[in-house]
Amino acid sequence: MTAPKERSKLLQVSDLSVSFEMDEGEAQALDGVNFEVGHGQTLGLVGESGCGKSVTALSIMRLLPKPMGKIPTGNILFEGVDLLQLSPDKMREVRGNEIGMIFQEPMNALNPVKRIGDQIGEVYLLHHRMQKKDAWDKSVEMLEKVGIPSPRTRAMEYPHQLSGGMRQRVVIAMALACSPKLVIADEPTTALDVTVQAQILALLDELQKSLRSSVLLITHDLGVIAETCDEVCVMYAGRIVERASTQELFANPRHAYTRGLLSSIPRLDGVPKTKLVAIEGMVPSLSELKPGCRFAPRSGLHHPSELLDEKLPYREISPDHWVEACPVCSDS
Amino acid sequence: MSEEENILSIENLRVYFPVRGGVFRRSKGFCKAVDGVSLILKDGQTLGLVGESGCGKSTLAKTVVGLIKPTSGSVKFKGNEVLRSGRSMPKSYRREVQMVFQDPAESLNSRHTVGAIVREPLEIHGMGNRDQQNERVIHLLEQVGLPASCSTRYPFEFSGGQRQRIGIARSLALNPDMLLLDEPVSALDVSVQSQVLNLLMELQNKLGLSYMFIAHDLAVVKHVSDMIAVMYLGKIVEIASAEELYSNPLHNYTKALISSIPLPDPTQSTSKVIIPGDVPSPINPPPGCAFGHRVSSPRYPESIGEILEMKEIEKNHWVLACPCCVSG
Ligand SMILES: Nc1ncnc2c1ncn2[C@@H]1O[C@H](COP(=O)(O)OP(=O)(O)OP(=O)(O)O)[C@@H](O)[C@H]1O
Ligand SMILES: Nc1ncnc2c1ncn2[C@@H]1O[C@H](COP(=O)(O)OP(=O)(O)OP(=O)(O)O)[C@@H](O)[C@H]1O
Ligand SMILES: [Mg+2]
Ligand SMILES: [Mg+2]
Repeated sequence: MTAPKERSKLLQVSDLSVSFEMDEGEAQALDGVNFEVGHGQTLGLVGESGCGKSVTALSIMRLLPKPMGKIPTGNILFEGVDLLQLSPDKMREVRGNEIGMIFQEPMNALNPVKRIGDQIGEVYLLHHRMQKKDAWDKSVEMLEKVGIPSPRTRAMEYPHQLSGGMRQRVVIAMALACSPKLVIADEPTTALDVTVQAQILALLDELQKSLRSSVLLITHDLGVIAETCDEVCVMYAGRIVERASTQELFANPRHAYTRGLLSSIPRLDGVPKTKLVAIEGMVPSLSELKPGCRFAPRSGLHHPSELLDEKLPYREISPDHWVEACPVCSDS
Repeated sequence: MSEEENILSIENLRVYFPVRGGVFRRSKGFCKAVDGVSLILKDGQTLGLVGESGCGKSTLAKTVVGLIKPTSGSVKFKGNEVLRSGRSMPKSYRREVQMVFQDPAESLNSRHTVGAIVREPLEIHGMGNRDQQNERVIHLLEQVGLPASCSTRYPFEFSGGQRQRIGIARSLALNPDMLLLDEPVSALDVSVQSQVLNLLMELQNKLGLSYMFIAHDLAVVKHVSDMIAVMYLGKIVEIASAEELYSNPLHNYTKALISSIPLPDPTQSTSKVIIPGDVPSPINPPPGCAFGHRVSSPRYPESIGEILEMKEIEKNHWVLACPCCVSG
């Protein structure tokens, strides 16, 4: 019965855990993460700094730093194939070709001493065994597609000669060069100004529609989520505490952390100079994580000790609306 | 508007950085980081300053506190000129006006304890003996919501939000009347951001402080400000009360800025004004209206050669009157 439903999803991450080997011992960055990305869909992954968004993206790409980063449990099915079981060679074919990634820091994704046209062209040389000349032409075409003016001249330039917004366009051009089925965008606009952010989000949206790709969009900005995503996962301290369609999540948040996040944003249409809702305290460090409800210390609500020490179930409280079922923090 | 209501008035302030290049390091022109800015901050109020990266917000704030020498212009504090050619700023001014920086990690000396960091301004200005200083440090830490036990620990042991509290405690050490807050919450997560914003609003009420609040997030600025000034490429393009600016923006750049902000509400489908291109460089900026230039406004040529001035279109609502960006 479940088989047809599974086939309809492009990416299925289940029970994914990641730990880092540190001098002080093991630190668990992800703990039992579950989510799916449907064909042509945009899934948002939102959460505060350090909650594990980038680690999730790196796990899917199999780019966790070695040897510290380990994946003790979980599987990542991409078109039904577990990426975690692929040989390094096979994985290299998937990366850049089937799954494109836009990294958090555009400058790190670009080689400072290589011309832009060559950097994009590399993707074609690697995956399509093209002639150099053809790869260059395809690069110029791609630069044009992402809205870079005079792409022929720009292709000859180096990353430092471009503005931040243009660099991010180049990174997007690289990620989308092979028309990947899935694009993972890790904070693609965080380093940019709002007016440039609006340009880049519109561009991503347009390219996604024309390529019919799926997108996993990572951000800490709920405004960006509301404007671009079909579905949202809210992460907290290495776990997904709530997952629902964007409409449903904003209209009907069921976990105390989601509610806190939504009400702590200053709103343009709010009343100035009033006290904002704040979530007291701060995100716990990896060394102080408990198996149970991790939001307990900041919730301001009393938790009996078994809710902290025992793993909580993940419950579908209404169709496609999932919440970590802490009886205190969620009305499940 | 009576003069004494204004705790700070900035008039026609210019900060030009020389740009050198080539083998002989010849002057190639100027980076006009702040280009003729006039602003007023009323006593006990908050003046918000928004604008995109590189528009000159930090340069303006640093010039007001005396960290950067201006090219020309005037800065009056409580009616007295503080930019005196050839002389440093008055000592009382340096006590009464303090600055809080964006990145708490960078602005706090990591080798000193929190106690030493907060005490330092007291030592520099020779305020009280050691015991009195220690007492004051504990009081300051409490005021920003940190336990006294923090004073023996080091900045790296604290989270971003707590480090920003330490920075605020330090800035309050000398009992200032005015704080220049340069992106005080930009590096913080939303849940912590609202803690710090609440603290700042609370301190303002309790201590009667005046704030110049700089940020690139218009929603944040709107929440804490009485008046808001919008800056673009070294110039102020619009000034109005927080409500008025949001409900009735007049300059095309303000409109674009407001419409670019992603709203955390999926039921509102906003029609975005996407403005093309990047902010032009303040090094030898285009003649005339720099925003009209960026969006290739058909009326851009009309702005060239014209001296663009701030006009009061409605009461307390000022806009840089440029033919290509302000209709009517
Ligand atoms: N190479 C590593 N070694 C040890 N710990 C790591 C490593 N990479 C990440 N971590 C830890 O894993 C946790 C999750 O990090 P991650 O980078 O995924 O956060 P994030 O949600 O992307 O945050 P941000 O919004 O700041 O980018 C953090 O506590 C981080 O310190
Ligand atoms: N000491 C300096 N020498 C030369 N140019 C400078 C100097 N300081 C700033 N600038 C230039 O002045 C302009 C304004 O910079 P400023 O730091 O004031 O911008 P900002 O509005 O604070 O930007 P951000 O939002 O990125 O902090 C920039 O073009 C910058 O490169
Ligand atoms: Mg990250
Ligand atoms: Mg600045």
